[in-house]
Amino acid sequence: MAGSQDTVSESQNVGTGAERDWQTRLEVFSKSDFARSFPYWFIPFSIMGLGVYGGIGYNTLISLTDYEGFNEGPDFSPGNLDLEMYVQTVNDPWVWTTGKNTFVLLIVFTTVTMVLGLFLAVMLDRGIRYKEKIQTVYLLPMALSFVVTAQFWLWMYNVNNGLINLLLGAVGLGPYNWIGDPSLVLGAVIFALIWQFSGYAMVVFLAGLQSIPDDQFEAAQVDGASVLRTYWRVIIPQLKSSSVSAAVVLVIFALKAFTFLFSMFGQYRVPKGTDILATLMVREAFKLQNWAYAAAIATILLLMALAVIAPYLHYQHKQGSL
Amino acid sequence: MSKATRPADGSFADVLPELDYWKIGLSLVITFFFAFFLAPIWTGIVTSFKTSGAVTATTPLTPPLGDGFTVEKWARAIDHLSTGFINSLIMTIPSTIATVFLGSTAAYGLTLVDWGKRAQFAVLILFLVGIFIPYQAVLVPLSDFWINIVPLAEVLAPVWELSFMEYAHARLLSLTITHIVYGIPLCMLLFRGYYLTLSDELVEAAKIDGASITTIYRRVVLPLSKPMVGVVFIYQFTAIWNEFLFSLTLIGSSSSPAATVTLVLSGLGTDLSGIDFGLRMAGALFAALPTLIIYAFFAEEFAQGLAAEN
Repeated sequence: MAGSQDTVSESQNVGTGAERDWQTRLEVFSKSDFARSFPYWFIPFSIMGLGVYGGIGYNTLISLTDYEGFNEGPDFSPGNLDLEMYVQTVNDPWVWTTGKNTFVLLIVFTTVTMVLGLFLAVMLDRGIRYKEKIQTVYLLPMALSFVVTAQFWLWMYNVNNGLINLLLGAVGLGPYNWIGDPSLVLGAVIFALIWQFSGYAMVVFLAGLQSIPDDQFEAAQVDGASVLRTYWRVIIPQLKSSSVSAAVVLVIFALKAFTFLFSMFGQYRVPKGTDILATLMVREAFKLQNWAYAAAIATILLLMALAVIAPYLHYQHKQGSL
Repeated sequence: MSKATRPADGSFADVLPELDYWKIGLSLVITFFFAFFLAPIWTGIVTSFKTSGAVTATTPLTPPLGDGFTVEKWARAIDHLSTGFINSLIMTIPSTIATVFLGSTAAYGLTLVDWGKRAQFAVLILFLVGIFIPYQAVLVPLSDFWINIVPLAEVLAPVWELSFMEYAHARLLSLTITHIVYGIPLCMLLFRGYYLTLSDELVEAAKIDGASITTIYRRVVLPLSKPMVGVVFIYQFTAIWNEFLFSLTLIGSSSSPAATVTLVLSGLGTDLSGIDFGLRMAGALFAALPTLIIYAFFAEEFAQGLAAEN
């Protein structure tokens, strides 16, 4: 901006008509809201843009190379760029296994968390006492790091002394090796994640419930509908927008549930039954140094996330809530 | 918020004859979930105060009694984690402050100033996508960037001559900057939601008085942002403190002098004989302490940040 002021003062001394016109326009421009507000949004925007879009672009480029090991860096010479890594991912049975696990985690975790969150929200919405306090406790797991909650659940699932087996033992079941058994471990992880996230779904639904005017509820009551029926028929259908928001955040989380898994098992290699694309990607990159291959898996993950985000943003836009 | 739409608590009660049964059932269900959400944390707390013998001899719900009580696990956990704890603080506080500030200016430039609605919308969409992308999609470039393109450790070579600084601390700085970069979109969104609720009149009035964009931000918007700054700060602090993926991939090893507390915790108390759960639980609780304290005092702000995220 300092530069433009210099030229303006210069133009006051010399300058033909056309030049002066150009200078005035520049002066007007430099005082416009666009120019004045430019630093406010553009600095954060460019920092973020470099990290997010620059990062994604660079990742895509790396995925086209065959960069691996502790090299100086990827080789971007044109002859080196091809889709070989993507062919490899498609032919890798392990990618399909982890893809399936990702999908199971995504569907079961999102569905159960939403249903439980909605149930808790409806309960707390019923004008009960100490609502804020109860809500605070239900939401507490969400304030904790996955690194921390993974430790709690590792202990909960302990074969000999864990609380889960203790409770099941009281009704004559078990003990089960929740963490060690490949057929149980995914369910165990999903259950722990539901514990952590249902408070979040509850908060989103509560916000939605509170925006619905009371008289709708009362009108349904006057018509003789029961409480359950009123919720089912009148109130819950209006929570579409909250449901979409909650579902998107949960799905996005499920796609990248890396931290919880890594922390629970303390290593890159997580048990077979619970290996998902997110853990596979990090392991390929940071344990095995298969950078290009990991970048290709990351691209697949990104596309899966975008497949959820794009319709969501479109939906939000159509709703007028952007 | 509920008070605005529902003037009296339990206003449905008057129209519901069957409510008494409901209430009993409701209390039971609420108590059940109370226990459900607290049980893992409770077992963690009691276990962290038990001797190794008591951990196996008593149930995980029983509080430590008599000989079974010890603070030794906590002492060891704090001893192990204190460096990581300090590293986490050094990293989290500046990156939170920077993100909150940048998020606020970005939201200001995109909501309260009108420089072309369509262009502003396009910029907004680019920010929003930045919130949702899986970080896996930028991990390989990030690690390449901080190792090969901008190797801070070499760039800042003279700094490591200082006695209290170590070469590895460069990685902590990379981590701080990384958190700022990827924290901006969400902070922007939180502030944007708030700025949209501010009345236009104040800004318009200031404009008519001839105040510049900068003056409006400093004199009008920033003072009005105070409540939201609190919400965003708390939310962002918790998010960065709890973060693990960037710590793992940028710092690498839990034995690095720059390791954050979450990184150190993931391997704590493991040896050939298995996991020392008392130590592990004490470590987990110690690592969670700042977020627990914040949550105890500002649970409402945290919930607000969470609800505003979508």
